[in-house]
This record gives sequence, structure tokens and C-alpha cells, in this order.
Amino acid sequence: MTLDTEKIRRDFPILSRQINGLPLIYLDNAATSQKPESVIKAISDYYRNSNANIHRGVYTLSEEATALYETTRLKLAEFLNAPGSNNIIFTRNATESINLVAHAWGRKFLFPGDEILLTNFEHHSNFVPWYMLAEEKGIKLKVAPFNGNHELDLQTFAHLLTPRVKLVAVTAMSNALGTILPLDKIIEWAHANDSVVAVDGAQATPHMPIDLKKLNCDFFSFSAHKMLGPTGVGVLWAKNEHLEKMNPFLGGGEMINTVTVEKTTWADLPNKFEAGTPNIADVAAFSAAISYLSDIGMDMVRGHEKELTVYALKRFNELSDFTVYGPKDPEKQGGAISFNHNRVHAHDVGTILNEEGIAIRTGHHCAQPLMKALGVPATARASFYIYNTNEEVDALIDGLKRVNKVFGL
Amino acid sequence: MEPKNIPDPMGSLDELYREIILDHFKSPHNMGRLPNPTLQGEGTNPLCGDSVTLTLRLEENKIKDIRFDGHGCAISQSSSSMMTDAVLGKSISEIKNLGKSFKSVFGIKDNPEEPVKPMNVEEMGDLAALEGVKKFPVRIKCAILPWNTLLEIIKGK
Ligand SMILES: Cc1ncc(COP(=O)(O)O)c(C=O)c1O
Repeated sequence: MTLDTEKIRRDFPILSRQINGLPLIYLDNAATSQKPESVIKAISDYYRNSNANIHRGVYTLSEEATALYETTRLKLAEFLNAPGSNNIIFTRNATESINLVAHAWGRKFLFPGDEILLTNFEHHSNFVPWYMLAEEKGIKLKVAPFNGNHELDLQTFAHLLTPRVKLVAVTAMSNALGTILPLDKIIEWAHANDSVVAVDGAQATPHMPIDLKKLNCDFFSFSAHKMLGPTGVGVLWAKNEHLEKMNPFLGGGEMINTVTVEKTTWADLPNKFEAGTPNIADVAAFSAAISYLSDIGMDMVRGHEKELTVYALKRFNELSDFTVYGPKDPEKQGGAISFNHNRVHAHDVGTILNEEGIAIRTGHHCAQPLMKALGVPATARASFYIYNTNEEVDALIDGLKRVNKVFGL
Repeated sequence: MEPKNIPDPMGSLDELYREIILDHFKSPHNMGRLPNPTLQGEGTNPLCGDSVTLTLRLEENKIKDIRFDGHGCAISQSSSSMMTDAVLGKSISEIKNLGKSFKSVFGIKDNPEEPVKPMNVEEMGDLAALEGVKKFPVRIKCAILPWNTLLEIIKGK
């Protein structure tokens, strides 16, 4: 069984756009995905029919808005096979989810002399919040490197996982190289070491099945906008035992139980962590994105991207002037391929592809420590999703073949 | 409901990658580092990771020798190469004026009231070839990088 990409493509209005007189070929899905009509419509439906503030009114509209908002939470619990839904917290994006953990958990439970273990694959979102905390509290950051295949060097990781490591903060999938990290082992080892594990799921959640019961991590963060949903919605899932002991992140309305001048008590979960009026419309519309992905099935999504990756890697072999980074093994990487021309900078490659209507990402991918370890200032990256096709991969390769022509090489 | 085709504001590749620019990119002038420079400095473009290091020797307030080193796209590399040619032998105040004129071509001015001047080909020489970058707004900072680096180094002079 393969995906019916022709049918899927009809659901995405933006895919009929032209760029430079040519059909848009969107290969920057690791940055953000496009949105299906159902999600776009859900946003306007919400404002047209159900707009009210939530958890407050006794009137019909407010109850409707509350139900829409809370339905997304329930759907997410099912989508992620999460134990319970009141430990799913809505934020603005994955970055905010990670910062929430750093502030509300890290500040309270980490102490001078403790260590945080990261990997070289981390996006700045899963690096800078820990760096800030480390600076503030006198905590040491340690970074596990990758090996020659651009996979996590597990031996060194195990070596760095010493008793002082109180937190392991790790991405499930590298946004820059596509590498899938061996979370099962990482989490098992970390827990055996009494370390808490915070997973950055921003790249993995849109592209592969996630089973939080099986995974057994402590914190899991991701963004709606990379998985067909609207911008402005992030998710933090955490084990109740942590959420209950943590301090709130932001103070304000919605997150309190009672307020007197002398003492304020916190609301129950999840409201304790959702201060103020949230992004109701976009959370409600995120529900349509989850339905869209669930209807396809995340196994099918992963399968489709594997096929595209196999095909793209094969076609890249034809290009003698390009270096491909990452595991180059579809079992060990998601649908993202990072590469460089041996003489022409990634930005120039990106500009030449844009002339063909092809959108790829060029630069350091918010992963400067990783770029440094690779020994390159930047790479070009093509990243796939459910609507991409082998024909688009062909167009990418044809576009790359133009680079030498434009540069007269 | 048909999505609208918004006209694309970008220029064509030929305007960006002119012959002279590619020549400078492929065979850059004044590349490397001077031993014992009078002045030196590094400029980076945090958005794309381009970097340029300049080393130069001043004699009687004129640039007697200059080298650039770094990595980046064809635009930042060729702009560096052209700049080193253009400033060789010029005085600090001449260079400051030239830098100002060059930047103003891309709408970058210290004083927002100042009008944007078109490229003065006589004043600019090879540098004029970079005018096409105007049509590629995200690439302007690549063209400007070596100039900002140089102007920063000679600021107090
Ligand atoms: C691995 C990873 N983590 C975190 C983020 C941050 O996501 P957001 O910008 O939505 O907060 C990204 C997005 O680029 C990512 O790829």
C-alpha cells in the first residue's frame, strides 16, 4: 500500500501555486508543513460559529468553544497513546514547551554541580534554554557526539551518563540531518541512572508513530505547525508526577484555584500551566490536522517518506559534485536529506533551485553545534511530507544539475 | 476557491550571478591573511553562517595591503574580493565614503532621510556588478558583509 499523493495534493490549496512561473515544489517540511483545506476551514469555522472565551461562560458559545479546545487535547492523547490527557499542555510552540520545562522543572529540581546531558543533534530550541539554566544555576552541560555515520555515538553517550547527570535532553529526530535517535536505549539507560528524560519531539511527531506509553520519557515537546496544524500551537506532555510537583510557568488567569491577597493556590492540571486566554482557534483547528494524519495512519506517513528517501538517495548518487550528510539509511533517518555542493555554497544552491520553483532550506538549521561538528558552515536540506512525490525528487535532482551550468563549472 | 498567484518579486539568476561576480568567486583576489597586520577583524552573518576575516596594513592613513579570508556564498565571497581591489591604495575617508555609497545602493543608510542613490558605475568599478543583488532581498546582507566588517575595523581611524 502506498499513499494516494494525487488525492492528498488536492487537499492542499497552496500546492497549486506557481513560483517563477513553475508549480511550487515544497521541500522544506522540516521547517513547517503546508496545511490542508480542512485545517484552514476549521480556523474560519471557529471564528464564524463558535468564538467565545473558554472555561468561563455558562452560555452555549463558551461551552462549544471549550469543547472544541478540549477535544483536541483528547485526540492528542489518543494520537500519542499518552497515559491520560490532563498532562497535555498547550503552549505556543515546541520552543516554549522546552522553556517551560527548563523554568518550571529545571529551576526547582536542578542544583549547582548537577549535569545535563544533550547531544550534538540538538536544535537551538533544545540547547539554549538549558544553556541559560546552566549559566544561572551553575550546572554543567555535556554534549554526546555523533559517529562517522552521523548517528548518535552510543558508547560515548553511555560514558557521559554519569551519576551527576540529572537530566537527559534529547531530540527524537535531527532536523538538520534527519537522523533518528535510539530513544528506547537512551531512556532505559537514563532511567537506570535516575536521570529524567526530556524529549524534543518536534521533528519526529509529524513523521513517525509516537507511543508515549511505550516510550516512557518524562517530558515530550512538539509543535502543531510541522504536522499540518496552524502556527502558534505547541504541546508539552509530561508525567503527572512531575507536573504536580513543578511550579507554574506563567502566572495569571485560568491557572489559579483561589486568589487572596495573602495566598494563591494553583489550579489542577492542565490549567496550572495554561495561564491566560490560550490560542483557542488554532488549538481547535489542530484537531483537523490530527484527524487528517490519523486517517492516513502514521505508519503510512513514515512508509511514504521512507520510499521517497530511498529514491532520493539513489538519485543523489548520480551527482558527483555533491556530498550527502546523515546516515544515508532510510531505516535510520526520517524524510530529510542534507547535502552540499563541493564548491558552491548552500545559499547559492537554494537560490538556483528557487528559480525552478523548488523550496529547500539552506543554512545552519538552528543547529550550529552540529554544523561545527560536521565541519561545514551550512548545508542545503530537502525534507519531505505526505504530498511529495518521486517526480518532485526528479525536479530537485534536475535543479541541482543546473548548479554547475549557472556557475560555469 | 482558486488560490491567487502572487507575483514573484525576485529577479532572474543572470542578474544575480553576473560573469564578473562568478570570476571573482572562482578566482578571488587578495585572499588569505597578512602577517603582522595593522588592523584586523572578523564579520559574521549569524543568519547563514557566512564569515569574513580581514587583515590590512595602513601606511599614512592609506590601505597599503589587504587580504580577506572566510567562507560563504558566491555573493559574499565575490563582494569581499571586489572590495579588497576597490579599497587598495585609498585613504580611510575615501573608503568610508565608498562604503556608504555602496550600502546606500541597497537602501542601507545611516540616515533614513537620505535618498537611495543609484549605482555610480565610475565610482564603483567591478562593484557595480553587485547591483543585481537588490532584487534578492535576503542576499543583500551577503553583499554587505565585507563592507560592514571593514567599516567596523576602521571606525575609530
Ligand atoms: C528538532 C526541533 N526542535 C525544536 C524546534 C523548534 O520548533 P518551534 O520553532 O516550532 O518552536 C524545531 C523546529 O525547527 C526542530 O526541528
